[in-house]
Amino acid sequence: MKAKHLRNRWLGLLPLSLIIFLSGCGQLEMTILDPKGPVSQMQYDLIVYAFWFMIGIIVVVFALFAYMLIKYRENRPGRKDKDYDPNLHGNTMIEIVWTVIPFIIVALLSIPTVTTNYALEKPPEPEAGEEVKEPLVIHATTADWKWFFSYPEQDIETVNYLHIPTDRPIEFRLTSADSMSALWIPALGGQKYNMAGMRTKLYLQADEEGIYDGRNSNFNGEGFAAQTFKVHAEGEDEFNAWVEEVSSEAPELTRERYNELLKPGLTDKETFSSTHLEYLQHHTNEDMGYVVEQYRDLFKEKLHLYEIEKQETWK
Amino acid sequence: MHITDILVTGEPIIYGAMVSMVLVGIALLFLLTYFKKWGWLWREWLTTVDHKKIGVMYILSALLMLFRGGVDAMMMRVQLAFPDLGFLNSQHYNEIFTTHGTIMIIFMAMPFLIGLMNIIVPLQIGARDFAFPYLNALSFWSFFFGMALFNISFVIGGAPDAGWTSYTPLSGAAMSPGPGQNFYLMGLQLSGIGTLATGINLMVTILKMRAPGMKLFHMPIFTWSTLVTSFIIVFAFPILTVALALLTLDRIFGSQFFTLTGEGMPMMWANLFWMWGHPEVYIVILPAFGIFSEVIATFAKKRLFGYNVMVWSMIVIALLSFLVWVHHFFTMGAGAFVNSIFSISTMLIAVPTGVKIFNWLATLYKSKIEFTVPMMWSLAFIPSFILGGVTGVMLGMAAADYQFHNSYFLIAHFHYVLIAGTVFACFAGLTFWYPKMFGHKMNERIGKWAFWLFFFGFHVCFFPQYFLGLDGMPRRLFITNVAEWLPLNVISTVGAFGMGLGFMVFVYNVYYSFRYSERETTGDSWNGNGRTLEWATTTPVPYYNFATVPYVDEIDPYLRMKEEGKTTYEESELKPIHMPSYTAQPILFMALLGLASFGLVFEWMYVAIFGLIGGVIMMIVRSFDYDDGYYVPVDEIKRTEKKARGL
Ligand code: HEM
Ligand SMILES: [Cu+2]
Ligand SMILES: [Cu+2]
Repeated sequence: MKAKHLRNRWLGLLPLSLIIFLSGCGQLEMTILDPKGPVSQMQYDLIVYAFWFMIGIIVVVFALFAYMLIKYRENRPGRKDKDYDPNLHGNTMIEIVWTVIPFIIVALLSIPTVTTNYALEKPPEPEAGEEVKEPLVIHATTADWKWFFSYPEQDIETVNYLHIPTDRPIEFRLTSADSMSALWIPALGGQKYNMAGMRTKLYLQADEEGIYDGRNSNFNGEGFAAQTFKVHAEGEDEFNAWVEEVSSEAPELTRERYNELLKPGLTDKETFSSTHLEYLQHHTNEDMGYVVEQYRDLFKEKLHLYEIEKQETWK
Repeated sequence: MHITDILVTGEPIIYGAMVSMVLVGIALLFLLTYFKKWGWLWREWLTTVDHKKIGVMYILSALLMLFRGGVDAMMMRVQLAFPDLGFLNSQHYNEIFTTHGTIMIIFMAMPFLIGLMNIIVPLQIGARDFAFPYLNALSFWSFFFGMALFNISFVIGGAPDAGWTSYTPLSGAAMSPGPGQNFYLMGLQLSGIGTLATGINLMVTILKMRAPGMKLFHMPIFTWSTLVTSFIIVFAFPILTVALALLTLDRIFGSQFFTLTGEGMPMMWANLFWMWGHPEVYIVILPAFGIFSEVIATFAKKRLFGYNVMVWSMIVIALLSFLVWVHHFFTMGAGAFVNSIFSISTMLIAVPTGVKIFNWLATLYKSKIEFTVPMMWSLAFIPSFILGGVTGVMLGMAAADYQFHNSYFLIAHFHYVLIAGTVFACFAGLTFWYPKMFGHKMNERIGKWAFWLFFFGFHVCFFPQYFLGLDGMPRRLFITNVAEWLPLNVISTVGAFGMGLGFMVFVYNVYYSFRYSERETTGDSWNGNGRTLEWATTTPVPYYNFATVPYVDEIDPYLRMKEEGKTTYEESELKPIHMPSYTAQPILFMALLGLASFGLVFEWMYVAIFGLIGGVIMMIVRSFDYDDGYYVPVDEIKRTEKKARGL
C-alpha cells in the first residue's frame, strides 16, 4: 500500500543516517572532542552540555513529528471522525508551555556560556594543589602565508612551527602583517583572529605532551591551505633545552632577512636567535600598512601555487 | 586593448564553459528567429509590468542560477573527494566557492522567493498588480543585469575570489587587484537597487491595496511573511549599499576606508557586512516559513494553528535579526562582555523559531495529511531544519564558537537552514503554485522522485560535515590533505551528486508536465482545498487578476466563499478596470546602468559616465511620461471570464 510504503521510508530515514554516520565516526577520533588542554577542555564541556539539550529537543520534535504523520495521514486505515478537527486553531495553555520551555533552555545555556566566555579571557587556572605559573608570552604574527612565533623573554623566533612547555599557560599575542587570519590549534582550544593594526590575546595550554596541528583557519587567499604549523608540546626541561639550543645555534633574524620573509608566498620552517619585534610592530598604526606598501607589486600577481601540495609544513 | 587581455585564458574548464555558453546563445537566437518569436518576447515579456510575468522571469532566472551555483558546488565536491586528481588549483577553487556563495544567496534564494511573492502576494490580497508596477519591472531588470554582470566575470576579466563575505583587507585593491572583486561589488550594487525597490513596493502594496474589509490580521500567512521581510529589506539593504559603495570608492577611486594604509579600518567591513548579512539570512527564511505554513494548512486541510502567534513570532524574529550580527565574528576579540550579550541575543532567536515549529506540528494534529509533492517538501523541512537550528544555537554560544567558527561545522549549519529551509520552500512553493502560474500541475510521480533524491542527497552531503568540523577541518580549504578527513568527504560528495540528480529530475519534470500534464479547468487546483484568494481566480489568471474583488473579513476567506457559492466574478458588480501599460523604459534604464557598472568594473570611466548619463536621461523621460494606463472595458472582462469559467 502506498501510504504504508511512505511511512516506512519516513521513519527509516533519520535513525538510519545517524547510525551510518556515528559508526563511521566512532573510528575517527575527532580533535575537538578529544581535548588536550584546559581551554579545549572547557570548550568541550560546554559543547557536551549543550549537546544534551539539543538531543532532547531533537528527540521531542522528531517524536511529535512521527506521531502526527502516522496518526493523521488521510488514508490511515481505521481513521475515526474525532481524528479530524479542521477548526482547531489555538490553545493558550499549551502555547504558553512551549514558549516558556525554550526560554528556560536558553537561560540554562546562557549561564555556562557567559562564565566560559569570561574564563577564556584569563590564563587557565592551575589544578588544585599546583603552583600558579606565569603565562609564557608568545607573539604569533601572520604574513601571507606563514607564521612567525616570537618568544620575547627567550629572545628567539620560529617560522612555521611552535614549541611550548606543557602545564603552563601560553599567552599568545596575535597580530598580522597583512590579511586577516586566525590562530587555531583545535586540540588545545578555539581560534582568534590575527589582524594588522590590532593585537588580540589568546590563552591556550597543553596538558599532554605531543605534536598537535595548528593552522590559520580564516581564509586569506591563494596560499591559505598551506598556512599550517605543528605545535610541539614538551616537558619544561625539554622545552628549556630546545630554547638553549636555538639561542646558541640559530642565526639572528636580521631586518633584511625578516623583510625577505614578509614577501607574500610560502616558506619553510626557520629558527632565529632574535625576534622581529624590535624592527616592526605590526599591531601599531604606524606599521600596519608596512607590508602592503613594501610589496604592492608582488600582491598584484597571482602566485599560481601549483606546487602547494609539496609544501614542507604539511608533512 | 586586445581582447585576450580581458578574456580569461588558459583554463580548460573555462574554455568549455565559453564554448557551451556561445552554443546555447546561438541556439536561443536561432529558435527565436526560426519561430518568429522576437516580437512576442519583446511585447509579452521584456516590456511587461504584469506582476505574474515578472514573477515567472524571476523564477526562471533563479533556476538558472541554481544550476550555475550547483555546478560550482559539484566541482568543489569533486575536488574535495579526489584531491589527488588535481582537478582544481587553489586559485580556481577560491573563485568557485566565492561565486557559489554569492550566487546562491543573492541571485538564487532571494530572486526565487521574490518571484513567488510577485506572483502570489497580489493574488492573496485581492490586488490587481503591485502598487508601483513600473518600479516592479525596474527592480526585475536591475536584478537581471546585476546577475548577468556577476556571471560573466569568469569568462571576462576573472571571477572574484575573496569569499561571498568579501572581507577586507583581502578584498581591497592592494591584495585583490583587477576586475574580479569589482564584479562582486557592482553586481551586488546593481541588483541591490532592485531588492530595495521591491521591498518598498511590496510593503506599500500590502499596506495599501488589500481587498475591502481585509485587516492586517486577516492576511494569509505568506503575505504576512512578505510584509515582515519587506521591512527587513528596507532597513537592512541600505547598509549593504553603503558598505559596497565605500569599498568601491576604495578600490576604484583610491579612498582608504577599509585599507591597511592610511589608517583605514578593515574590521569595519565585517561589521557593516553582517549588519546587513544577518538580517539577510532572515530575508530568505521568513518567506520560506510563510510558504510552509500555507502548504501545510492546505494539505492538512486544517486551519493554521496559532495564526496570531505565527505572525508575532515573525515580527520578533525580524527585530532580533538586527541585534545578533556580532555572532559572525565572536573571534575578533571584542571581549567577554560583548560576546556574552550577543550570545544571549542569538540564542533568543531560537525561542520564536521553536514556537513556530510547535505550531506547525500542532497544525498537523487532528488533521488529514495528504502527501502531495509540495507537502512532502514542507514536511521534510521540519526535522531537517531542526538539525540546523540546534547547531545554530551551539554556534551562538561564543566560547564554543571559537572551536566551530570557520570550520565545516559552520558550513553544515547554514546549509541545513538554507537548503532545508529556503530551497525546500522554493520547491514546495513552486510546485504548489505551479498550476496557478502555468495552468497545469507538475507530475506528482516524477516530483516524488526528485524529492527523495534531493532529500537523501542533502542529508548524506551535509550531515557528515558536522563531524568534519568537529575534527578540525576548516572551511574554504581547497584540498583534503589530512587522511582522516577523506572518507567523510567522499560520502559528502556522493550526497551532493544525489542532490544534483534530484535537481535534474525536477527540471525534467517541468518539461514532462508541459507536454503531458492535464490542463487545469478550475482555479482551485488542489482538489478544491484552496483556502486563500489566489485559488479563487480562474486558471490561467486573467491579467487583471480579479473581475470583482470579494469582501474579506476573516482568514482563509475562500473557504467561506466556496460555502456560499461566491466567486470573483459577480456580474452585477462589474466595473471597468484600470491597468498599467507595458513599457520598454525599465529594461532600457537598467541596461544603461548595467553598462555603467560594467564600465566601472574595468575602470573604463567613459563607459561608466556614458551609462550614468543614459540613466539620468531615462529618469527625465520617466518624469515626463504621462501614460496613466488604460481601462479594461466591462465587455472584455465578461468575455474573458465567461471563456475561463466555461459559462
Ligand atoms: C536558530 C536560529 C539560528 C541561530 C541561533 C544561528 C546562529 C548562527 C551563528 C552563531 C552563526 C555564526 C557562526 C560562525 O561564523 O562561527 C551562523 C552562521 C550562519 N547562519 Fe545561522 N543561525 C540560525 C539560523 C539561521 C538561518 C535561518 C539561516 C538562513 C536561512 C542561517 C544562515 C547562516 C549563514 C549563511 C551563516 C554563515 C555565513 C558565513 O559565515 O558565510 N542561520 N548562524
Ligand atoms: Cu580588529
Ligand atoms: Cu547570523
